[in-house]
Amino acid sequence: MCLAIPGRISSLHDAIGVPMAKVDFGGITRDACLAYVPEAQIGDYVLVHVGFAISRIDEEEATRTYQYLAEMDQLSELDDGEPYHGEPDPGTGDFVHEVP
Amino acid sequence: MKYLDEYRDQRVAGNLIEEIKRTITRPWVLMEVCGGQTHSIVKYGLDRLLPEQVELVHGPGCPVCVTSLETIDRAHAIARMPDVIFCSFGDMLRVPGTHGDLFKIKSEGGIVRVVYSPLDCLKIARANPDKQVVFFAIGFETTAPANAMSVWEARRHGITNFSVLVSHVLVPPAMRGILDSPNNRVQAFLGPGHVCAISGWTEYEPIVDRYRVPVVVTGFEPIDILQGVLLCVQQLEQGRAELENGYARAVQRKGNAAAREMIGRVFRVCDRAWRGLGVIPQSGYSLTGEFSAYDAESRFDVSRIHAVEPAVCMSGEILKGLMKPLDCPAFGRECNPENPLGATMVSAEGACAAYYSYGRHLVDAHSLAAGSR
Repeated sequence: MCLAIPGRISSLHDAIGVPMAKVDFGGITRDACLAYVPEAQIGDYVLVHVGFAISRIDEEEATRTYQYLAEMDQLSELDDGEPYHGEPDPGTGDFVHEVP
Repeated sequence: MKYLDEYRDQRVAGNLIEEIKRTITRPWVLMEVCGGQTHSIVKYGLDRLLPEQVELVHGPGCPVCVTSLETIDRAHAIARMPDVIFCSFGDMLRVPGTHGDLFKIKSEGGIVRVVYSPLDCLKIARANPDKQVVFFAIGFETTAPANAMSVWEARRHGITNFSVLVSHVLVPPAMRGILDSPNNRVQAFLGPGHVCAISGWTEYEPIVDRYRVPVVVTGFEPIDILQGVLLCVQQLEQGRAELENGYARAVQRKGNAAAREMIGRVFRVCDRAWRGLGVIPQSGYSLTGEFSAYDAESRFDVSRIHAVEPAVCMSGEILKGLMKPLDCPAFGRECNPENPLGATMVSAEGACAAYYSYGRHLVDAHSLAAGSR
């Protein structure tokens, strides 16, 4: 019920005094009310819930968090002070350690 | 799709699970508050990927599930009236009242319309000036600004053949109710990301302080949920109880100011009865006096309808995190999505319905593990 889907604003319009947008959800376009994210512009990503944009997605935060999570395995290995053993040695092609 | 696909990345999920395994040293009980999170957890089998020490219990955050039987009976009474067009979100159609559901009312000649947005009701009202258009305004804080806007716009445009049956619920009072329960097992919460996109997290800070319980604002994709679990486990293991935001791309501390302002114009906080949990003080919204003319309950005089919840169902215990769906002897037998006995089976986001939809009653943990080898 509290589902909100991220979509990209493709155009802006007005519906009897209410700011609206066409929002593209991976190929499907629907109208969304922009009254609660008046700062949103064409090209921005917004979270849409029951036809209302409730939040503008902060791209910088999204990139930063995602990169941190994606690199987590390398960071953990550094923390542990153990060599990464899932990849073959670039020189010999052998695994440095046996893969468990 | 951007902001969806990358949060379902298997490799990143694996990293997070490994980090959780590395961090955890003893058992912890975490509750995900929101029904959308429960649905994701069961759909992707996240609970089965986590180390055994992490127990996820499912919270009361499905507004369809917790709408009281009494309110549903009142809604159905209005929907049966002649010259009424009854509008609802689709999730509400199958929810049984004392005498059937909205599908049954439709089959018997009632006019029931599913709407995507509350603003669609105003279009229907304009196109049908000889009918009364009634919107079943349910939801948590996430949905309140949209529902409030429909009432605000109705007044602004002088649309008088429109009214709302309001059954709004609020998350923080339900969390306090769970923590106050003498049997409470919950040690940390995955906070409801989209509720917090509206309300922010300042209301949760006193809960963290008073109950010394970590709350991590969490999104809905598998990576979001695993990140929420990791942040909770780190706090618990380190003896910390803090409010953390694991959904920074969508949620800010003070939420959405414009949305909160609209809620404050149209709604006031009131006591609310929750299906399976009973009355929780100051746990819902109703219309302010200024908008009482749009209150369907008084317009159609249905407040005299009362209903008693059947005692057979254990959904109250499930909503408080004291039991799991598989603990209930009726689950998957006399209680199923076609014939739900209670709150948590009535909506797709209810814990019991999610377990049923993804076959948890057919496959137990051991056979699943054996099959994957």
